[in-house]
Amino acid sequence: MAGLTPSQTVGPFFHYALTDDHTVSELASPQTRGQRITLRGRVLDGEGRAVPDAMIEIWQADAEGRYDHPDDHQDRPRDPTFHGFGRCASDERGCYTFRTIKPGPVAGPGNTLQAPHILVNLFARGLLKQLVTRVYFAHEPLNDSDPVLGLVEDDGRRATLIANAEGDGSYVFDIHLGGASETVFFET
Amino acid sequence: MAKPHELWSAMSDVPGYRPIPEGAMPTHPFPDYRSNPVRVPRRPLVPIPHTLSEVTGPVYGHEAVRTAEADLTTQHAGAPLGERIIVWGRVIDEDERAVPNTLLEIWQANAAGRYIHQLDQHPAPLDPNFTGAGRAVSDSQGNYRFVTIRPGAYPWKNHDNAWRPAHIHISLFGPSFVTRLVTQMYFPGDPLLPLDPIYNSVPDPRARERLVASFDLEATVPEWALGYRFDIVLRGRRATPMEA
Ligand SMILES: [Fe+2]
Repeated sequence: MAGLTPSQTVGPFFHYALTDDHTVSELASPQTRGQRITLRGRVLDGEGRAVPDAMIEIWQADAEGRYDHPDDHQDRPRDPTFHGFGRCASDERGCYTFRTIKPGPVAGPGNTLQAPHILVNLFARGLLKQLVTRVYFAHEPLNDSDPVLGLVEDDGRRATLIANAEGDGSYVFDIHLGGASETVFFET
Repeated sequence: MAKPHELWSAMSDVPGYRPIPEGAMPTHPFPDYRSNPVRVPRRPLVPIPHTLSEVTGPVYGHEAVRTAEADLTTQHAGAPLGERIIVWGRVIDEDERAVPNTLLEIWQANAAGRYIHQLDQHPAPLDPNFTGAGRAVSDSQGNYRFVTIRPGAYPWKNHDNAWRPAHIHISLFGPSFVTRLVTQMYFPGDPLLPLDPIYNSVPDPRARERLVASFDLEATVPEWALGYRFDIVLRGRRATPMEA
């Protein structure tokens, strides 16, 4: 067995290598199937201050719940116009924005079905290893039986994983690194 | 507390990844790194199973990576100042299997210890012939290779007279969401390593040492550049969903 290479912080100076030229904030093309959404929010530290130097990466299935990955053997067609990866840097107000489609439900452990969700890897100066969370969508019937959401017992804490719809078709998902409304982060 | 994998192994349809060994990754809060405590959660992380969402991940932008992007010394009209070096290695998993076709992105300070980033205030000169960013894709054996210059150490305001050891930032994806890794490569024998909180945030000293490249005479090109070898080990997969 080979020993793992440890994680180290992304630091404050990643933009010119990772996001200036290699941002992916538009995930859907005009041909992509599914409901267009804007996923946006702010990244805030434990004292409620904006985190202006975070990198947010997302990973999601297409509108049918298929991932663009060889290990997804679900018996349903994949949308070839959609790849499901996004990344961007937060701005000086801690804001991030992705334009994408709402993912479909994905198979879960056993015979479960996971509610529509988007995975998040968050990197920033100060973090020695990325933080992992998931974005779920308000009013999805499958949320009540989702096998991962169900692991978060406290209602208030579970609410930190739910993006709420705004009038303009966007879903807002703020990421609180600490404080009273600290977002649930996962150990994977 | 049960590890996520033990908790779920009997129910999972997809083989997940092995749990991270104790001490192999930094944990938080880590107050020696001054900006850490206010940016990390205080409540425990919630262990979750590796579902299809976690065992898949982006195969990101590989088609667009040009061979020339792995040479950071030929991006401008002239050659950058500093000691030209070759950094190469293998990307493998914990089972020592090659991780082919994975994107590596690197960035670093110039030989004077200055980043081209607009927020870098260190009063050391910029080098008009050095940007300090490169990309490469591992080959079918997991091998990658960059040509660059040795970065300088630089001061930071973490504590009194704090200096970062010379390092190259490296970002790579691997085959799934949970193999995503952002790390830093250090140089052997750097006297700043024992003093650096970021390096020392890795609890297990043997794991920490895996962040230090080794001098590689075989990779050294006579009359041209010193070689350094830096192998990168990503999380390995469990053999079957049922393996406990
Ligand atoms: Fe750095």
